[in-house]
Amino acid sequence: MLLTDISPLLSATTAGESYSDFVRSYLTVAIFGLLALGMVALLLGVGSIIRPNRPQPGKYLTYESGVDPVGEAWPQTQVRYYIFALLFVIFDVEAVFIFPWATRLDSETALVDSSGNVFEILGPYGSYGLVKMLLFIAVLALGLVYAWRKKVLRWM
Amino acid sequence: MSILAVTEVLVAQNIAFAIIAVGVVVAGVRLVTTENVVHAALWLVVVLAGIAGLYILLAAEFTAIVQVLVYIGAIVVLFLFGIMLTRARLGEGETVNKKMRAPALVIAVAMFALMAYSLWGYFGSTELEVMGRSTAELGQTTAQVADTLFLTYLIPFEVVSVLLLAALTGAIVLARRD
Repeated sequence: MLLTDISPLLSATTAGESYSDFVRSYLTVAIFGLLALGMVALLLGVGSIIRPNRPQPGKYLTYESGVDPVGEAWPQTQVRYYIFALLFVIFDVEAVFIFPWATRLDSETALVDSSGNVFEILGPYGSYGLVKMLLFIAVLALGLVYAWRKKVLRWM
Repeated sequence: MSILAVTEVLVAQNIAFAIIAVGVVVAGVRLVTTENVVHAALWLVVVLAGIAGLYILLAAEFTAIVQVLVYIGAIVVLFLFGIMLTRARLGEGETVNKKMRAPALVIAVAMFALMAYSLWGYFGSTELEVMGRSTAELGQTTAQVADTLFLTYLIPFEVVSVLLLAALTGAIVLARRD
């Protein structure tokens, strides 16, 4: 966080400017997503234009490594796969906590009052912050160790 | 970089809001009208991603990140796994049970009325002040969350890890039953 960005007095112009700067940084994300969608549309569209169209019933079978497909593509899955979903959810929540921590690990933050004046500057978390987060991750890793010991992770 | 007036930014913000809002509404209608449950779950991803975009427009960065990670990541994965695990047949020709349409409509309208009433009662016509803030302040909201978590509420944060550990072991114990 650059401290020079904080203007003590905000005119109407700079107010709009700073908000547009913030949103513009997320415009990159939007452009990236739209490019990905456009790429898929382009490849599928060009493919459907230039490929020959000779429909045969065999072409509409599900591809299963060369052999005839067995059963349907919509089966009921075994309940033990649910544990993988639960493991993912736990570590997903962990990522939610790591995200704000990562914004402050290496950068300082300035506390600004309502009129825009900086009244305190807090330093980066540094190695103490690293220890805090490693402790958090270590406790959660115990759960992974437990899952491992219980042979939940084994592919059967 | 050109200097933009507040009104120009407001117009741009409104256009972006309109595009995202229309997308969310269309995806929401498809979500409840689609015949296939898996397709409904995938439409839900579009709805939730649109809501995350609206949070970004309101300069609520951390809320948007949580929306993507928890809702699009975790909740949708649990939905899809729940659908895969149930005995419901999802193949072609099988459609969603629509007998509960009327009660669902009543509940949806009641929920909308309740939320609209409470939001209107609390905020009324007050405008959110995202324009009057500096770039540093807007970019700082995530850092402020971090400071609150890791400076003021450090011990509760570390306790959260124990809570998550308990949830994880509990899930393993319940799922394995041996």
